[in-house]
Amino acid sequence: MKNLVVVGNGMVGQRFVEAVRSRDTTGEWRITVLAEEGRPAYDRVRLSAFFDGVSPEELSLHTPDDEVDLRLGEPVVSLDRERRVAVTGAGEYPYDALVLATGSYPFVPPIDGRDLSGVFVYRTLDDLEAIRDFAKGKRTGAVIGGGLLGLEAANALRLLDLSTHVIEFAPRLMPVQVDEAGGAMLRRYVEDLDVKVHTGAATTAIRPRNDGDVHGLTLSNGEWIQADIVVVAAGVRPRDDVARAAGIAVGDRGGILVDGTCQTSDDRIFAIGECAAVDGLCYGLVAPGYAMAEVVADRLLGGQATFPGADLSTKLKLLGVDVASFGDAHGTTEGCLDVTFTDPATRVYAKLVLSDDAQTLLGGVLVGDATAYPTLRASVGGALPGPPLALLAPESEGGGTGAGIAALPGSAQVCSCNAVTKDQIIGAIHEGCTDVGAIKSCTRAGTSCGSCVPMLKQLLAVSGVQMSKALCEHFDHSRQELFEIIRVRGIRTFSQLVAEHGRGRGCDICKPAVASILAALGSGYILDGEQAALQDTNDHFLANIQKDGTYSVVPRIPGGEITPEKLIVIGEVARDFNLYTKITGGQRIDLFGARVEQLPQIWRRLVDAGFESGHAYGKALRTVKSCVGSTWCRYGVQDSVGLAVALELRYRGLRAPHKLKSAVSGCARECAEARSKDFGVIATDNGWNLYVGGNGGFRPRHADLFASDLSTEELVRLIDRFLMFYIRTADRLQRTAAWIEAMEGGLDHLRAVIVDDSLGLCDELDAAMAQHVGAYEDEWRATIEDPERVRRFTSFVNAPDTPDPSISFEVERGQPVPALGERRPVTLGLPTMGARQ
Amino acid sequence: MTDTLTQQWTVVCPYDRVDPERGVAALVGGEQVAIFRTFDGSLYAIGNRDPIAGAYVMSRGIVGTRGDAPTVASPLHKQVYDLRTGECLDEPGVSVPVYNVRLRDDMIEISR
Repeated sequence: MKNLVVVGNGMVGQRFVEAVRSRDTTGEWRITVLAEEGRPAYDRVRLSAFFDGVSPEELSLHTPDDEVDLRLGEPVVSLDRERRVAVTGAGEYPYDALVLATGSYPFVPPIDGRDLSGVFVYRTLDDLEAIRDFAKGKRTGAVIGGGLLGLEAANALRLLDLSTHVIEFAPRLMPVQVDEAGGAMLRRYVEDLDVKVHTGAATTAIRPRNDGDVHGLTLSNGEWIQADIVVVAAGVRPRDDVARAAGIAVGDRGGILVDGTCQTSDDRIFAIGECAAVDGLCYGLVAPGYAMAEVVADRLLGGQATFPGADLSTKLKLLGVDVASFGDAHGTTEGCLDVTFTDPATRVYAKLVLSDDAQTLLGGVLVGDATAYPTLRASVGGALPGPPLALLAPESEGGGTGAGIAALPGSAQVCSCNAVTKDQIIGAIHEGCTDVGAIKSCTRAGTSCGSCVPMLKQLLAVSGVQMSKALCEHFDHSRQELFEIIRVRGIRTFSQLVAEHGRGRGCDICKPAVASILAALGSGYILDGEQAALQDTNDHFLANIQKDGTYSVVPRIPGGEITPEKLIVIGEVARDFNLYTKITGGQRIDLFGARVEQLPQIWRRLVDAGFESGHAYGKALRTVKSCVGSTWCRYGVQDSVGLAVALELRYRGLRAPHKLKSAVSGCARECAEARSKDFGVIATDNGWNLYVGGNGGFRPRHADLFASDLSTEELVRLIDRFLMFYIRTADRLQRTAAWIEAMEGGLDHLRAVIVDDSLGLCDELDAAMAQHVGAYEDEWRATIEDPERVRRFTSFVNAPDTPDPSISFEVERGQPVPALGERRPVTLGLPTMGARQ
Repeated sequence: MTDTLTQQWTVVCPYDRVDPERGVAALVGGEQVAIFRTFDGSLYAIGNRDPIAGAYVMSRGIVGTRGDAPTVASPLHKQVYDLRTGECLDEPGVSVPVYNVRLRDDMIEISR
């Protein structure tokens, strides 16, 4: 076995190790990774998500691999090329091949005061943690640098509740990526967020307070900006010090010089990623770094790969603004023409750079709306995929990019992160990929930044792949389409719907789905008239069927708060009807083993004591769990119980495509586990943070932060709209997590719809929720108060006094459980208490 | 075919006691029977025991159609049965017994 030493465990270093491991099937290389940081590789591109509440663990790219010797916190201090060893503070590591993936370091201009306490750079998770900690209790912050990283840092300071300044030396923001007009549009967005922008200004000094901490900045225009914390984001420089000291050739402007195979001046040493200067050029993006990693991995295992050159196009979302630049964004090509589109109303700026004959797309800039980016980027160097204005105008104005996809040349890269061309994707579709997931696993397209996923869908569509959306054999429509048909046409019965828009008489799939839609549209008691025939047994009997045909009963206990008197009633009811009791995960009490004919009697007792249905049986709001909150808890900052109770009472009985769970935590310790819920609320010092799309169960998912520091009124309005939009548009049995993941545009689209009202729907959604809240009535009470409704709860239609003779119980741990006799499943490997003879 | 003259018919309940496209359970000679009324008004009777889950729940399933067949789906795990034959349409070889059902003077009668 030969020794392969990798210096650095950033994104590119990690990708390189994975590339070698996947190719090295015969175990040719023994891999040692020597890393400076104390934690394994993480997603530095998404670094700023840390301030949105994404944990370092979620950013991790590390997959444990026993065959790789990963040494964290052990930076290489020198290379002995004679003896072929890498030297760290702890020892020496011999190599047959060595790969430098040392990345870059933040450039800090030589300004007075740069070493003061309170001055930070923005590069590693440790930097971010230090910024967060230092910012506590501070009021103002300044970022030196108005490029990509600077704006990310500015957003971070904003999220830390600091009044924020950005200082950029160039005359516009993001000078590398966008042109002057694009920069001006970007500036308007940024200033709207209360970030103060100072362009064309250099920082001349950073001044301390009396206690030595930073106090503020002086600018070249004489201005003084007070700042309790300063982040320097003035660019990065390749990390070439170890190579330089070892006598390896470096570029004039830094960077370890490599050729097209990523080999340095020493033929056993390679450099990849931001530290490498390929033919003299350094690349500050991850995609070229990944390409270099693949080249070296291939070469080390006998391949002949070379670095194909890099696409420097970028699309990002900075402070909520889409910004993209691609190809020759600044129009440096001789004789090129610009086509620009500026709309101050929608705040969209776009520019296309065309060849002098206006036939070939060379590059462009998009600010405010980057929907056209995937098509445009893939068209660079080729013919325009459509008339320029149609390409530039935002989709809502009749333009759009769908038409362009067919015009793309087969060699165009659709996924630039993983270098997948249109031809490769079409090939995968012809070989049987029929959905985006299959294309992803087959080609890797769409697996990195995801911006090309809309194009993958278009390619599936133009290839004639029909994704069936039919609900079942009775309807060719999706649930969302049925919802719209029922709503717009005012259809009130299944019979009318299936006669006019379907066939047959329905089934266990479409009937409950239609019942849920009718309920969401305010059709009253869910068992009235024909609706009774649509309901699944749980909704039909307003209880949860169990394996032996008995039902369980869950009274609503809003927020998990309950009086001793009510607890006693539950205990008495359970005792009197011989029910098994269990505390649920949603902070309520489930009563098991009720026979159909007992249900009305049980509810009578519960309703008389002030309980109502907990809708545990419905595709409906279940519970809003809460922690103790500020009433009792010494850490609580808001009244989580009070809010949970209010939310549960507001949304009780709301029918949805699937069950809905929620929780409210009274502080950031998150004891209510709100981030595992469909909508979760976490208290902040200033109000509430709303998270959406969480899920426990089979495929756990943390909810995403949707909005921060909301007042209770703002919070409720957003949840109202979120729920109603979900109810309108989700598929049958699609939880909110899957709904958001499948949504084109994802969370951003969702925000546009329910915060910015981009579809003009909000009034309708608000009205729909107001109607629900106003029309709510307890289904249990409505049932027991009507003898006709109670009539359904009969064991046998011809022997109503005879209980189902097949139901019997035995006692386990002092409680009744279904008697299974010989069929009781055997528990393996668990001691059985008291069974020893 | 059973000779209708020697058949024992049990009167179960009035016709309107069964809602359209729902079922009821009845005790017929000690056996549990699920009786269904389909959309066109026809009646069907099958065994109330779900043969897969072993619980007596079939009368509480959702009534519908598959192709031309009138069906009921088990409320526990949703296997679909043809109400005419008792055959499970999702699990070959699984079936429930079928009972004769008739309407006399607006009363539903069942025989084995």
